[in-house]
Amino acid sequence: MSATELILTHYRRPHNRGTLDAPDGVATRLNPLCGEQLTVGVRLVDGRVGDIRFDGESCSIGRASASMMTDLVRGLDVDAIAALTARVRALVDGDPVAAADPALGDLRALAAIARTPARAPCALLAWDALRDALDNARDNARDNARDNARDNARDNARDNALDEARRKAVLAARVADGLP
Amino acid sequence: MNRADFPLLADRPGLHYLDSAASSQKPAAVLEAMRVFYETSYANPHRGAYELAVAATDRYHAARETVARFVGVADSACLLFTRGTTESLNLVAATWGRAAVQPGDEIIVTRLEHHANFVPWQLLAAERGATFRIAEMTDDGRLDLDSLRAQLGPRTRLVAVTHVSNALGSITPLADVVPLVRRLAPNAAIVVDGAQAVPHLTVDFDALDVDFYAFSGHKMLGPTGIGVLIGRRAMLEAMPPYQTGGDMIEVVGDDHTTWNILPHKFEAGTPNVGDAVGLAAAVDYLTDVGMAEVRWHERALTELASERLAAIPGVRIYGPPAAERSGVVSFSLAEVHPHDLATILDQDGVCIRAGQHCAQPLLRRLGVGATARASFYIYNDAADVEALVQGVLKAQALFVGVGH
Repeated sequence: MSATELILTHYRRPHNRGTLDAPDGVATRLNPLCGEQLTVGVRLVDGRVGDIRFDGESCSIGRASASMMTDLVRGLDVDAIAALTARVRALVDGDPVAAADPALGDLRALAAIARTPARAPCALLAWDALRDALDNARDNARDNARDNARDNARDNARDNALDEARRKAVLAARVADGLP
Repeated sequence: MNRADFPLLADRPGLHYLDSAASSQKPAAVLEAMRVFYETSYANPHRGAYELAVAATDRYHAARETVARFVGVADSACLLFTRGTTESLNLVAATWGRAAVQPGDEIIVTRLEHHANFVPWQLLAAERGATFRIAEMTDDGRLDLDSLRAQLGPRTRLVAVTHVSNALGSITPLADVVPLVRRLAPNAAIVVDGAQAVPHLTVDFDALDVDFYAFSGHKMLGPTGIGVLIGRRAMLEAMPPYQTGGDMIEVVGDDHTTWNILPHKFEAGTPNVGDAVGLAAAVDYLTDVGMAEVRWHERALTELASERLAAIPGVRIYGPPAAERSGVVSFSLAEVHPHDLATILDQDGVCIRAGQHCAQPLLRRLGVGATARASFYIYNDAADVEALVQGVLKAQALFVGVGH
């Protein structure tokens, strides 16, 4: 399949297009030059991408890159995704080594975009959105941990107060019963 | 019709440059005028007491006179050189706007504006506590005069309107708009963005009865980095300066400074004389062609392109009928993103713009994320239209399949 056919195949029948229920992280990126908009949602399992969806309005390059991305990043952790994103950036910038890198899978079809730099932001939009979604997941996890810790402390304090009140009540009852 | 006069186009016979609404190509006459000026008459205008500096000063003044005559300005000191339309409009917002707009005033822009005639007023309104309003657009991409009429009133302090929409090519009927504003909003200043008008239509500032008018050199065969702001003398004289420094002062005291006369008050620093000479050469070129001829030529191409594109199933053209647009065809092709269309066309040397055209409020109203835009100028011909049509058919075959 030629590079163009590969891009058009992903464009016509994109993989993992849609909205994720209860994502751990979600982010939307805009390309103000051409009016593209892409949303990426991720669910993480043990710090790795367990599930991923994308949606939005974009051209063939943007949609194909997003579709290919969702295939490639499943099972990867944040560091591996950052490394892969750097390879994609190199590919789009015209790096011949990246263009021949089997780790990039179908994405190698985007190598020709280096000849039209104006389209590079289209190819990178999904990857930028993914990074934002992962940041969002990290922030959410931190907020949840903070909320949990606060809830925990509040619950403990309440439990301690209850225990203390109960102990006092028992003591008072004993005193009332004339027991030592 | 004049392709041979444009070195870049003459050098690349296969190139179909259909993006003149973004920027125009330059005729040899403009490049030559600038080269000769730098080679024979260059020095810093207004400063030196020597013959060469006087020559440079004369050329700068002559350029101003030439441009003023071209756009119908009798009082040429009211024609200021700026960096371009964007700077001209920001100048008005920063000087007249800050001084004149009071809390509770109303600022009206239109749905058709380029961001450069939208955002400065949005910011000014927020800064001055004024109300920001938008006169709406009709379904076919014209300024909705009823919407404008309904929003005009005694508190209206400013109406900012484009002469020609950069995204659609719609020509604003200023002959209807200006009297309407004057009648219903007697306190309003009228600011016109003429960036897409001066290159393509005959513009007569003194007859327009507007307060400010801005345009750019690079869209009218001139160099980048130079543009124009025209203002009414009384308003320009009352306005505080925009930038301060050399050339624009009269007396600099230890505690107080007074300003030079117009136009120098608004031209701080060393004047952009080289680009002014280039712009004047562009004006001479356009004058030789004749603006009526320019309009006729573009209208014929716009009608041809609109007719040919509209005959392709899945093509949708935005804006009013071709005869009521300047040389712009803004369109979409079903199932092909404008960006993809632009890339396919580029493979055959057809240069168009795809995207939002710096007019997001307008595209929101159209309900589309992006359009493809082909725009014409005097160097385009029917072969360019044919290349565009063939490219669109090719993109359709690739994305949608042959025979659809």
